[in-house]
Amino acid sequence: MIGWLDTVVQGILLGSLYALFAMGLALVFGVMRLTNVAHGDLVVLAGFAAIALAGQLGLGPLAAFACLLPLAAASGYALQRYVLNDTLGRDPLPSLVVTFGLSIVIQNVLQEIFSADPRSLSAGEIATASVRLVEGVTVGVLPLATFIAALLVAVALQWLFARTAAGCAFRATSDDRETAELMGLDARVVYASATAIAFMLIAVAGVLQAMRTTVAPADGPGLLLYAFEAVVIGGLGSFWGTFAGGLLLGVTQAIGFRLDPGWGIWLGHVVFLAVLLVRPQGLFPRTR
Amino acid sequence: MSATLLATRALEARYGDFQALFGVDLEAREGEVVAIIGANGAGKSTLLKTIAGLLRAPREAVRFGGEPIGGLRAGEIARRGIALVPEGRRLFASLSVEENLRMGAQCGRRGPWDLQAVFELFPALRDRSGAPATSLSGGQQQMVAIGRALMANPRLLMCDEISLGLAPIVVKGIYDALSAIAAGGLTAIIVEQDVGLARLVSHRLLCLQEGRVALSGPSDGFSREDISRAYFGAAAEAGR
Repeated sequence: MIGWLDTVVQGILLGSLYALFAMGLALVFGVMRLTNVAHGDLVVLAGFAAIALAGQLGLGPLAAFACLLPLAAASGYALQRYVLNDTLGRDPLPSLVVTFGLSIVIQNVLQEIFSADPRSLSAGEIATASVRLVEGVTVGVLPLATFIAALLVAVALQWLFARTAAGCAFRATSDDRETAELMGLDARVVYASATAIAFMLIAVAGVLQAMRTTVAPADGPGLLLYAFEAVVIGGLGSFWGTFAGGLLLGVTQAIGFRLDPGWGIWLGHVVFLAVLLVRPQGLFPRTR
Repeated sequence: MSATLLATRALEARYGDFQALFGVDLEAREGEVVAIIGANGAGKSTLLKTIAGLLRAPREAVRFGGEPIGGLRAGEIARRGIALVPEGRRLFASLSVEENLRMGAQCGRRGPWDLQAVFELFPALRDRSGAPATSLSGGQQQMVAIGRALMANPRLLMCDEISLGLAPIVVKGIYDALSAIAAGGLTAIIVEQDVGLARLVSHRLLCLQEGRVALSGPSDGFSREDISRAYFGAAAEAGR
């Protein structure tokens, strides 16, 4: 019995990483209906950037992350403002094609610079540190930190969207871009700001992914798939829904792994497909 | 005579290959209410959208407060003081009444209009301020749309068919409020289907017909026949 509790707890911790991937994807899709196919590759890129920063400047993981965060925000802003904004419109295809191209470029550039070998960001002693929750259930400090980070991100995004003027501007522009511009907003800047925030989430996710396991140039599409699955399972109603979707995917995979080491990822896909069939709007859909 | 606030000169507008406006000259002086009438598809909404920057215009074709504003982005034009109450209200569905009103203040212009002033103008909105904007009745939604435009403290208020789909008693209430605002000196351009109402509330009248100005002058200076002819064009003339 305690073994199953352990599985669920580990699954939640794994799922919180998926939730981090998913919230960045959901944020961009929610504000501008843009499906960022390069999302997973950007997480991997962030992981490699942190590794490079740590290696070249001799920084610890936290300092590398602190350097990466403003860099990520600035590149997200610039990418949206000067590239992706021009792909938006009624037709979703241009943005899909452009982000797909971006995905290929990122994978190949990373392979050129870092080779195809998986690498990881050394986390020092917290990589192996753990705390015992109850008898038989021990959790790593790093996964626990990941969970707390994901929880904080969900709280922060929910607060930003529900309570702040910037959040109102995001929602209004998402509802009706033309009318939002009549209010004195510049939708191009609103979109760029949303992508800047999404890129900060990507930085968080990339650093945590690189510390928890390894990153390799070809990992991106796999991470994108988990992010997609979490978003679809959770629905687009709120960031809490996306967060819950990530956790559910993590728990499902953990249960699968426990049943048979070959079943983990597969069971995640099965639950994703089941939700898509039975409840395509997701478990926590948009209410209006 | 007061100074010209807004002027369009030989304004043209097109949707792709379709040309909707052909050389429209419009003038609104400070403190004046100008009504635009015309049949469906005459180009009334297009004219307002072009002035507001939602459709492209040549730089010199639209002048506001003496400066050319044609071709500027809608957001920039809003910040300069032109507010549009769009046709069909276009409230933000995922925002509450109060959030919708606050969106109007995004352009950061100072002036007499704030949340309290809007609630005093439309007391019905005060009790519903936390409700989703689209859960309100049609009349109340129109009040939100007008309040949202006023929150921008505009120098020029443009209203596109604010009586559309509303009960006559509601329309009267809204126009009473608008008249009170206009009496305070706010310049306004209104598009109105109800010709009688349009003449009643405006100083000057402009009738569009298939994208061209068919009639323009003081609101009380025309007979019904003049307006009818301008409204329906030569086809109506021939059919009589």
